[in-house]
Amino acid sequence: MESTVETQGIRYHFIETKKFKTIHLVAKFKAPLQRDTITKRALIPYVLKEGTKSYPKRQLLRRKLDDLYGGMFSADGSKKGENHIITIRLELANPKFLPDNTAILEEGIALFKELLFHPIADGKAFIPAIIEREKQTLKQKIQSLADDKMQYANLRLIEEMCKGEPYSIRVHGYEEDLNEVDHKGLYEYYQNMIKEDELDVYVVGDFNRREMEQTLSKYLQRDVHPMKKISLSGEKRISKQKEVIERQAVQQAKLHIGYRTNITFKDEEYPAFHVFNGLFGGFPSSKLFMNVREKHSLAYYASSRMESHKGLLFVFSGIAPENYTKTKNIIREQFEAMKAGEFTEQALCEVKDLISNQLLETMDHPQGMVELLYQQVLADTEQDPKELIAKIKAVTKKDVIDAAKKIEEDTVYLLTEEGGNASA
Amino acid sequence: MPVHKQHYAHIGETIYSEKLDNGLSVFLLPKKEMAKTYSIFSTNYGSIDQTFVPIGKQEKITVPEGIAHFLEHKLFEKKDRDVFADFSKQGASANAFTSFTKTAYLFSATSQIEKNVETLLDFVQEPFFSDESVEKEKGIIAQEIKMYDDQPEWQAFMSALKAMFAHHPVHIDIAGTVESISKITKEDLYTCYETFYHPDNMTLFIAGNFDVDTMMDLIKTNQEKKQFRKTDAIIREYPEEPPEVYQKEKKVSMAVSVPKCTIGIKEYGKELDKKVYLKKEMLTNIVLDYLFSKGGAFYEKLYEENLIDESFYFETNLEKNFGYSLIGTNTNNPDAFSRRCKELLLSTASLPVTEEDVERMKRKKIGQLLRSMNSLEFIANKFIHYRQQDISFFDLIPFVQTLTLADVREFLKNWIQEEKLSVCTIMNE
Repeated sequence: MESTVETQGIRYHFIETKKFKTIHLVAKFKAPLQRDTITKRALIPYVLKEGTKSYPKRQLLRRKLDDLYGGMFSADGSKKGENHIITIRLELANPKFLPDNTAILEEGIALFKELLFHPIADGKAFIPAIIEREKQTLKQKIQSLADDKMQYANLRLIEEMCKGEPYSIRVHGYEEDLNEVDHKGLYEYYQNMIKEDELDVYVVGDFNRREMEQTLSKYLQRDVHPMKKISLSGEKRISKQKEVIERQAVQQAKLHIGYRTNITFKDEEYPAFHVFNGLFGGFPSSKLFMNVREKHSLAYYASSRMESHKGLLFVFSGIAPENYTKTKNIIREQFEAMKAGEFTEQALCEVKDLISNQLLETMDHPQGMVELLYQQVLADTEQDPKELIAKIKAVTKKDVIDAAKKIEEDTVYLLTEEGGNASA
Repeated sequence: MPVHKQHYAHIGETIYSEKLDNGLSVFLLPKKEMAKTYSIFSTNYGSIDQTFVPIGKQEKITVPEGIAHFLEHKLFEKKDRDVFADFSKQGASANAFTSFTKTAYLFSATSQIEKNVETLLDFVQEPFFSDESVEKEKGIIAQEIKMYDDQPEWQAFMSALKAMFAHHPVHIDIAGTVESISKITKEDLYTCYETFYHPDNMTLFIAGNFDVDTMMDLIKTNQEKKQFRKTDAIIREYPEEPPEVYQKEKKVSMAVSVPKCTIGIKEYGKELDKKVYLKKEMLTNIVLDYLFSKGGAFYEKLYEENLIDESFYFETNLEKNFGYSLIGTNTNNPDAFSRRCKELLLSTASLPVTEEDVERMKRKKIGQLLRSMNSLEFIANKFIHYRQQDISFFDLIPFVQTLTLADVREFLKNWIQEEKLSVCTIMNE
């Protein structure tokens, strides 16, 4: 269903489908995660929302989007493995369903070009007032990270666990680095980014492929021939078990545990690891939920999530502070049970269905579809979701046990109440 | 009654519906291009339905706060098993939610759809509550309540409702309090269940990849096997709620890095006539969007004056017998934000709105509606929401097209009065 073409410095991915009533244009700029560029990269999405060459004020840009039947524009930064991705999305109503047949597709693509390559600027710099204001916005975002305790605990776990590795870099950047960012330096960096980053553009929806390609190539070009592939040094870390306890005024403690899986998306064991995660903590029927929550009533939530490109696994639970040691032990017991193959063939079968179901469902959402397909770019493989599902269905009990044996516990992180006694 | 087929040509969708003999309303939306099917079984019963006459009784009773949500949790547990596991075994992911006005059970799956639909119907229609399991659940829900207690967003939301509504139970937390749920008994659960989970009070909506005839037969066969009492319309009682807000200002202290300020607009506190509902809801939505979305006149002012940041949001929730809108942000200057925001809201009665503005509002809304139709979940949930007002979700786009400048002007003239606004601030002591 996905067809990929590289032209004029852009890798296009066309996905023609009748599932949706809109057409999605998604651009992904990819570069290695680095401490000295992250704050700039975190700021750029905010700046892109402030206006373009033809629509030099946010209000004018937003009006243009509204005129395009509520065109939906968003830009954000994310961390995938040790890459930083800036994603810019424009979602347009499919003219087929509009009362008057309009040319909003071509107008939309023209706008997309401006959003990517011509943000509002003055010669060789961004507008100082905009940059100062958006620095303020990002600063508040960084400060408010501490308010969502689940997110905060996860961020702290990663910082402790991956100290010294690029993966520990905060995706929203650093407050102390913001002072050094100015309108000139940021513009220079942005120019560098649009030239040097790997750029993938996804088009999803019910459209005419030939016309779409023509219109895109009329508007979007980059002078990079061919695109430079950026590969990361896959430095291997030895796990060292450690425990970190932090105290704040919270009522519910967050117990998060990080593991090194030594398996990433392109590895042969990846499908088995996917199944491992499903059995261990990926679903309400998994060991963690059934034991920590249902059997022992220790937590409102208890689950695990995998990080596919760096090779990590995280366990999350929200517990009463006094239950720390008990919960930690139960989680460890479940992990050992996985290594010992303590799960039935039937459970294995069911979880494979659940995962396949989840992947197929993700393909029913335009954004989910793009994220799933982009995994291949990130891992530099050509394993599409269909193939991944087929491999998952073929995973055996032995495969899961083998994958489990590669996984090592690394860091236990506890965010708990002040003054309590949560010794291990 | 025969299956009713309704085709909506402008969006290329067809809905099949039927009201079964036992009163259950069934809606089927086949979408063959999707991999999955989403199915939701919803009762017209939420956290606000605390005072009512139980089925077969004469006298009204008042049940503990948080019981609808408690009941939702308990339905998943059966004598010998957990229903989540049943769905998992059949490759489906199940969930449920309780809102102010609804409790809904749902699953999505890409295979074994028919079997999963039967599981959905059966588990909701075959309750099993024991003293022991009710006690056990109290610990789990207490954890859930405490988790919400630590979330500044949720506290800001509930505090704003408490400031607006004096008596209407919308001001009570959906999950109740640790204290109120401790009073819940097995008997309370059965009373609420038998009253509100009668098929006549429920809707089943299925959207996705399935065969309509097979599905309708399966549902009918399943329902014909079950016995339900004859029932009349449920008598529910809500306290008298004045149109003005309860508190014009409310301050809550809680550990937050940046204070949170929310302006509540109390839209109404008693039952709204069905005829005016849709217009009111649509206009409230598009006008709020016009003013407060990025690029909107008021958003720009608040932003320029440095009173809001990225966390700024607005929402509106209009139900049958209550309605509110919220405008909120993280801000280091909550007083200045609330003063300015109120001033702007109070100026809306004489806001100069042009034909061009209205055309833009309508286009934006049409685009939003189309986008929302990418999601089976959204369609199903909204369909059930609007059906309570005898409106079809798929008729909304044509309805938006009928709105005029005069409608917008008329709406703005009467929308905001000082006594309908409250300000709620969450900050460190």
